[in-house]
Amino acid sequence: MEIRWYIFLSLALFCIGIIGALTRRNSIIVFMCIELMLNSVNLLLVAFSKMHLASLNAFAGTMATSAQIFVFFIMIVAAAEVSIGLAIIVLLYRNTRSIDINFLNRLKN
Amino acid sequence: MVITHILFWFLSVLAILGAIGVIASKNPIYSVLCLIVVFFAISGHYILMNAQFLAIVNIIVYAGAIMVLFLFVIMLINLNAETEPVKNVYMKGAGIISGLTLMIVLVAALSHAENANVVMKAGTSVGLTESLGKALFNNYVVPFEISSVLFLSAMVGAILIGKKDSVKRVKQNI
Repeated sequence: MEIRWYIFLSLALFCIGIIGALTRRNSIIVFMCIELMLNSVNLLLVAFSKMHLASLNAFAGTMATSAQIFVFFIMIVAAAEVSIGLAIIVLLYRNTRSIDINFLNRLKN
Repeated sequence: MVITHILFWFLSVLAILGAIGVIASKNPIYSVLCLIVVFFAISGHYILMNAQFLAIVNIIVYAGAIMVLFLFVIMLINLNAETEPVKNVYMKGAGIISGLTLMIVLVAALSHAENANVVMKAGTSVGLTESLGKALFNNYVVPFEISSVLFLSAMVGAILIGKKDSVKRVKQNI
């Protein structure tokens, strides 16, 4: 299994996440597309951790473990961010009765 | 070797179909369910690469906790099938075209990379819980403790944001 298949898979998921974040008007779905992008990067990091083991470097083992621990910390940050983001969305709904992101443009004036 | 390839293609197609289901479905509940399918497919990829700890943590944290939070919020704000007007067609088309252009540019840039044909080593002991735990608690103890402070601040922030205002608003004389 070569690395480029995982690069292309992660790229496809990332770009589908970007398309969703740009196209949809519902803030919750935009938030879910951000989580999708984070997961595609996690997948790529784990694939690279496997790739580094193939090279006969002296540091290959620690690089591979560092990549997987980095993924663990990305999941931690994503969990904290989701809790705050959803609290903000609920507060937004409570004040404006809508979670449409175009509606937020009216906050400018 | 062949079973690995078959599993890889099956999980990849499942993940991409789930991702397209997230961005294309009208009902937000269907989007959440498709995202759960994507998370399970990505956990399957992790198991295929022998990253067992991350596969289980992915299922527990993402599909188990974060998606349940999303479902609770969708339930609480009572969001059924999309009742808002359709976004301007030109903006949607511009978004799709820019996303696809980004994908084409990145694919073109990465397909000529030098090390793209490196075969990944199969069946190693990096992803096991024991070796990850040893590295986490020996080398990465400080980020681990700081992440507990991060969670504390996120919890306090979320509670503060979600509290109802108990201060009476003064009526303004215009």
